[in-house]
Amino acid sequence: MAKIQVKTKINGEETEFLCQPYDTVLDVLRKDLNMTGTKEVCSTGDCGACSITMDGRLVCSCLVLAAETEDKNIETIEGMAKNGKFNVLQKTFLEHAALQCGICTPGMLVAAKSLLEKNTNPTETEIRYWLAGNLCRCTGYDKIVKAVQAAAEEIRENA
Amino acid sequence: MNEMDNKWIGKNTIRPDGADKVTGRAEYAADTIMPGMIWGKVLRSPHPHATIKSINTKKAEKLDGVFSVATSADCVDFPVDTPVILGIQDIRWMARNVLAKEKVLFHGHPIAAVAARTEEIAEKACELIEVDYDVHPWAIEIDDAIKPDAPILHDFIKFDGKPSNIVGTLEHKKGNIEEGFKDADIIIEKEFETAAVHQGYLETHACLVSVSPDDKTIIWSSSQGQFMVRAMTSFITGIPQSSIRAIPAEIGGGFGGKTIVYLEPVATILSKKSGRPVKMVMTREEVMRASGPTSGSKSKVKIGAKNDGKITAAQGTFYLQAGAFPGAPIRGAAGCCLAPYDIPNAHTFGYDVVSNRSKVAAYRAPGAPIGAYAVECVIDEVAEALKICPLEFRLKNAAKQGTKAVHGPTYPVMGYVETLEACLSHPHYKAPLKKLQGRGYASGFWFNAGGESSAQVNITEDGNVVVTTGHPDIGGSRASIANITAELLGIDVNRVSVLIGDTASIGFSNLTGGSRVLFASALVVTESTNQVIDILKDRASKIWNIDKEAIEWENGQARPAGDNAGKFKPLTLVELAEKATPTGGPIGAGHQVNTVGAEGGFATHICDVEVDIELGIARVIRYTAAQDVGKAIHPAYVEGQLQGGVVQGIGWALNEEYIYNKEGKLDNPGFLDYRIPVCSDLPMIDTILVEVPNPKHPQGVRGVGEVPIVPPLSAIANAIYNAIGTRFYSLPMSPPKILEKISD
Repeated sequence: MAKIQVKTKINGEETEFLCQPYDTVLDVLRKDLNMTGTKEVCSTGDCGACSITMDGRLVCSCLVLAAETEDKNIETIEGMAKNGKFNVLQKTFLEHAALQCGICTPGMLVAAKSLLEKNTNPTETEIRYWLAGNLCRCTGYDKIVKAVQAAAEEIRENA
Repeated sequence: MNEMDNKWIGKNTIRPDGADKVTGRAEYAADTIMPGMIWGKVLRSPHPHATIKSINTKKAEKLDGVFSVATSADCVDFPVDTPVILGIQDIRWMARNVLAKEKVLFHGHPIAAVAARTEEIAEKACELIEVDYDVHPWAIEIDDAIKPDAPILHDFIKFDGKPSNIVGTLEHKKGNIEEGFKDADIIIEKEFETAAVHQGYLETHACLVSVSPDDKTIIWSSSQGQFMVRAMTSFITGIPQSSIRAIPAEIGGGFGGKTIVYLEPVATILSKKSGRPVKMVMTREEVMRASGPTSGSKSKVKIGAKNDGKITAAQGTFYLQAGAFPGAPIRGAAGCCLAPYDIPNAHTFGYDVVSNRSKVAAYRAPGAPIGAYAVECVIDEVAEALKICPLEFRLKNAAKQGTKAVHGPTYPVMGYVETLEACLSHPHYKAPLKKLQGRGYASGFWFNAGGESSAQVNITEDGNVVVTTGHPDIGGSRASIANITAELLGIDVNRVSVLIGDTASIGFSNLTGGSRVLFASALVVTESTNQVIDILKDRASKIWNIDKEAIEWENGQARPAGDNAGKFKPLTLVELAEKATPTGGPIGAGHQVNTVGAEGGFATHICDVEVDIELGIARVIRYTAAQDVGKAIHPAYVEGQLQGGVVQGIGWALNEEYIYNKEGKLDNPGFLDYRIPVCSDLPMIDTILVEVPNPKHPQGVRGVGEVPIVPPLSAIANAIYNAIGTRFYSLPMSPPKILEKISD
């Protein structure tokens, strides 16, 4: 089967790749572009570990075909720290011990960043429902919610 | 050392592996690549129970892009009647679980594997493998497996002189059980069942293996023990351990489920036969179907007490599913269930039952939640019948230092009573409840463990520190080790780097499991660091030309003491490192030992639920977990262990279950239908860290990871009863079950 040529932007960088019509964005990120920060956990859109944003919209990269990313803006965990500096969420996740094994962390951070871009003052319930699609089996979510609250507070203070 | 002097122990430092994990740099097994790498896939049994008459791989081998095919014929042959024990595993079963030999014993049981240029080609090739089966009747549930005419999985294993699916038993006895029940004013006996549940680690099993023509083997894999991976792969492939270098990738959750191998020996065979590095990554469905859940169970518990609230006798019988091969965690069920109590007369039995399910693997305090669920629910009923507060009832019967436990030991210093008192004085205990809300309590115990551990502490040329241990870090152990090392050396924690060594770079270290890692590794790291301090003093003594004994180590410096005090300017770690070469060479020390002195851990939990009687949903609305943690070296990660364990327990109690269909196949092999708790299901999980230091450990450490999953099952069941007046004797207490009971 002839491969499809795709031109897209990933974390601000012009990127070209060839993919099969059935390849997902997750396949291409992990296997072709060696961007393994985005994690594959369920491959069925049930866990959120492969969360990325596409033109600002939070999606499971296992549910989006790679060919659909033509001319899109993709943001992944690799683009979250800028110029060697953590994003505020990365910092608060570390400070609040909001990760244990870390496999859900990239997706959780991408999802939380997407929330705080829309709402810098979410309630605990809003955070919990926004992150309900991102599974974590280690932490019981307690410290993750607190880390997101702390990041939101920091964003508001610096606004 | 005075508690107030601690600079790093007890502080919530940033974990050494944190930056990598929040940026996506951390390398898990599925993230590894090698030049020339090909992909392996597994062919799995379509039947729950069948004899393999023949396997023909010729067509698969001829498919373009296929490099090698593996079956059990490529593995070392372990006769079924001769045990080959490695730790708590038997390699006879492990080899047959990795690649089926005489029979397939569950739907999804691996039969063969293919390595090919792409995963797609490997999958296609698997479909071309021809297997001739003689299909047998199967048994999934315990009742079906132990009935007289049950299909027998292993006909060479006998119980009561006959082939049986009961493949192991265990009992604990204390006092005279008949007399104990005669003394009782009240006796309550109930039966319980729990569904099999999966550990639910998010990272699926994965490995990358490269074997050279002379069998030099490198394995990158995600596991709870690189030495376990090396040993099991060596047994099954016949490659000596000295030729295998097992590298521990970051592990994306294990909870006990990654204490055995599934893919590593298969990838090793495929790589050896093809000469190419082979990568294998399970899908979520493969994880659910063919990696170990923990046992489903049936149990019966009987407790007798006097009107004054003293328990006179207790009896428990626990049947636990082992899956396809022997090894159900009956010790955890029958051994831990009565551990919190001082009971004069007791008797517990455990039965290890095989059936046509995937082989169980350890899951956080294996077996203990099952035992505690039944016992703690009956305790609640007895307390209610005697009109005593359930916490006061537990306090009245609590085991203490000197109590002879039903499972054998006489308890040393321990903090169970303190967890009860902490709950009684916590605001949660007296907080008001609304209609359809209820409060439940439960306690729990886990043995904890020591075992083999190795560490190396090296001073770098610039006077900083690299610590290497041999245990994969699944809960923040590197952060705790950094705290301890910095504390002992008196330096900033950021000058300490903590690594997990591979099997070629550090001495044998047993699995990350049993809540043993910090207990064991802190012991060997402390000993190594103290040796390093001794060397540093020796170097200072050479520079100053005074006795080593006249030097003390304080705040990261050697300083002259006694008669020499103030005679010389103190030498810092950096200065001593600079002078290492002329004073004797590299500075470092290692220690390796079988650690002993791990003591058990106890917890008591308070849980509030609210029951939606229209939808049948029980929702946890408040939770407080009190636990004797010995000494919290890194409190935030200790809390994290408690919170994570509690939430896994909530999933077990309310939603999670393996559901089999009429064909003997798992019906819910994914996160859509196997529902683990999500963020919006839960409240914050409050923790009370009770610190009763373990006197046999330099920092007072007790294992903390497993105890927190023990109480939630019964705490929630008791809370639901308190809310709606209906007792549930079967887990999970999922909406259909709750609705059915309410409508009765």
